[in-house]
Amino acid sequence: MRKVYLDHSATTPVRSEVAELVLRYMTDTFGNPSSVHGFGREARKGVEEARERVASLINADPREIVFTSGGTEADNLAIKGVALANRKKGRHIITSAIEHHAVLHTCEFLEKEGYEVTVLGVDSAGLVSPDDLKAALRDDTILVSIMMANNEMGAIQPIKELAAIARERGVYFHTDAVQAVGQVKVDVEELGVDLLSLSAHKIYGPKGVGALYVRRGTKIKPIAHGGGHERRMRAGTENVPGIVGLGLAAKLAQEELEDRRRHLLKLRDKLIEGILDRVEDVRLNGPREERLPNNVNISFAYVEGESILLNLDLQGIAASSGSACTSGSLEPSHVLLAMGISHELAHGSVRMSLGTGNSEEDIDYVLEVLPSIIERLRSMSPLVGGRGEEKLQHVQR
Amino acid sequence: MSLEIYLDNSATTRVHPRVAEVMMRCFTEQYGNPSSLHTMGAGAERSLEEAREVVARYLGVSPSEVYFTSGGTEGNNMVLRGGCAARRSWGRHLITTAVEHPSVLRTCQALEEEGWEVTYLPVDRQGRIDPEDLGRALREDTALVSVMMVNNEVGSLQPVEAIGEILKGRTGRRPLFHVDAVQAVGKLPLRPSDWGVDALTASGHKFHGPKGVGFLYLRQGVEVSPLMTGGEQERGLRPGTENVPGAVGLARALELSLEEFDARAVAALRDLLVSSVLEGAPDAVWNGYPEGAPHIANISFPGVSGEMMVHHLAEAGVYVSTGSACSSRKPTSHVLEAMGLEEELLQGALRFSLSAETTEADVRRAAAVVVEVYRELKELFGRG
Repeated sequence: MRKVYLDHSATTPVRSEVAELVLRYMTDTFGNPSSVHGFGREARKGVEEARERVASLINADPREIVFTSGGTEADNLAIKGVALANRKKGRHIITSAIEHHAVLHTCEFLEKEGYEVTVLGVDSAGLVSPDDLKAALRDDTILVSIMMANNEMGAIQPIKELAAIARERGVYFHTDAVQAVGQVKVDVEELGVDLLSLSAHKIYGPKGVGALYVRRGTKIKPIAHGGGHERRMRAGTENVPGIVGLGLAAKLAQEELEDRRRHLLKLRDKLIEGILDRVEDVRLNGPREERLPNNVNISFAYVEGESILLNLDLQGIAASSGSACTSGSLEPSHVLLAMGISHELAHGSVRMSLGTGNSEEDIDYVLEVLPSIIERLRSMSPLVGGRGEEKLQHVQR
Repeated sequence: MSLEIYLDNSATTRVHPRVAEVMMRCFTEQYGNPSSLHTMGAGAERSLEEAREVVARYLGVSPSEVYFTSGGTEGNNMVLRGGCAARRSWGRHLITTAVEHPSVLRTCQALEEEGWEVTYLPVDRQGRIDPEDLGRALREDTALVSVMMVNNEVGSLQPVEAIGEILKGRTGRRPLFHVDAVQAVGKLPLRPSDWGVDALTASGHKFHGPKGVGFLYLRQGVEVSPLMTGGEQERGLRPGTENVPGAVGLARALELSLEEFDARAVAALRDLLVSSVLEGAPDAVWNGYPEGAPHIANISFPGVSGEMMVHHLAEAGVYVSTGSACSSRKPTSHVLEAMGLEEELLQGALRFSLSAETTEADVRRAAAVVVEVYRELKELFGRG
């Protein structure tokens, strides 16, 4: 049976040259970068080279890169770190309704600690309105955190415009760019952001490592204490193999960005068009244009997303119903609900996220298998006809 | 010079080739996200749970009491910060020792700035605390006791079982008992549930596992607020996509360590190292004791600077350190200071840390090089 992995937004395979480099730093150049002897110095060199590579990918200065254990830690450090360091200035934070839980739950945590949080809504395409941000900013706002690209339905936010609004008011701007990095151009200077999170395992690097970009001069405090690692921003022995793996993955992403984008766009559009052509009563979630090149998110009326996934899996196709981080929950996606999509359609959504390893044949295979799965499931669904009928009006092509 | 003897295994260890092998499979073949519902995800989840079972079996606890972290520092921060946060309605005092790792001591200092009171228990010349001091320091509002199992700089063992007994005997609210076992895991048998330990932390890269991963044992029912917020991974205590290759690598390293690390054999090598060095350099002082951890020997060389010794030894192919790598920029060791060492012994201290990979030939050659380098440096800079 053909195996088609379409869950690259959940995690990606590690590129073979990255895996080889990680291996070398595990068994050969294995020192602790804080050690003063040769083993330590070699490891330190690897870490600093990786820092330059990550910085280069996002057009930052290497000194502005803090390595973390991943995207979640980067988000926590950015939001809690800025909130803690600027509490005297104010206690108001602005975010959006479609953020990853690493951002949303961190904001909720801060609410319990006495901070105020404004959650901006999104339009039906999943985009935040700059005017809404303008209206929400207050004198005591200390941070705006809005993701660059959504992990579920791929909407790319107008970060440059949003960050400029925050900057005008002297408010720090953080963006969770975990899904954007490696897929679209991410340039911290052009975007004008102060903090930016990224994760290695979404860009063909290893799990357990990520980075936070912190613009020089940003007032921020660490969330954990210990040795003086990472300019005192992140304690703990550096995950050297992970960090050099991230560094190489970043370098490859930078070199191949345009090729990857073109390849993914072709496959993405073929998949979207193919499904819209072959299956009735479907809705493409998220914007058609301002969208990640690897993201396809489609709601199939009258059927459960999970049933679709299980049937796809039986045919060798790995997809997801939304964020992997919440896939165990029975709640429909908070992202799709925020876009005004009904519970039923949100339950019937499937995310297919493409990767560099996917081919046109993979897409052909999905287009061959998927319509009959939907047809079969619908033939068993009590929602077809009766109650589901009125929902049809909301289904857009 | 081709001779390379790595005796800095308490700073970090070489990843065992068989550990690297299983991790490579996770990187490129079984790379799923454990939270994904499809076959790739289920496979990753199975690997993660098998790794958890390996750790649980070693500790004699339930797999549901084992959480994977990004390492020892995160684990220690989670327990201290989260333990205090969960007890702030009644607690405002914690007890630790003067010789803890910076990830415990600096977190305590940060908590002090937030209004907590901290008692730092003193140690004797061997680096051990007196359990009776702990008994005296306990208060009604003591929320947490944090004591390391094996000291990372000198290898002293703390009386963890005795402390557990004292705490078990307390009536009323019991403080959370945390043990930083980073230097003990894979080397000594650990029975946290028998010892009355509520939380125990470890790091993969100290026993030939990977960097960037560790674990936390947290006894069922013991409350700790999470350090980070996000997804529901690790039963809500530690969010973020699980580092599956890291956890799998840690578990494999633990199994291999239990097979390959023979505490008695390593202690014999340590004793050989100490006796060979002291024989060739009679004025050197061993800052340890025979019953201490088998793999760490801290020796002071009066009249020279430890840092200079480290550099000269490295040139000769012997890799050691002055103390903790995590505080290697600090001129003298807070551990040795707490043990009451004289200035000269503080300045000239070196840590030798062994592993299952260390051979008798390594130890003999290293000792000879150390004696030689010490003699040269004393002639150059010493009082002669």
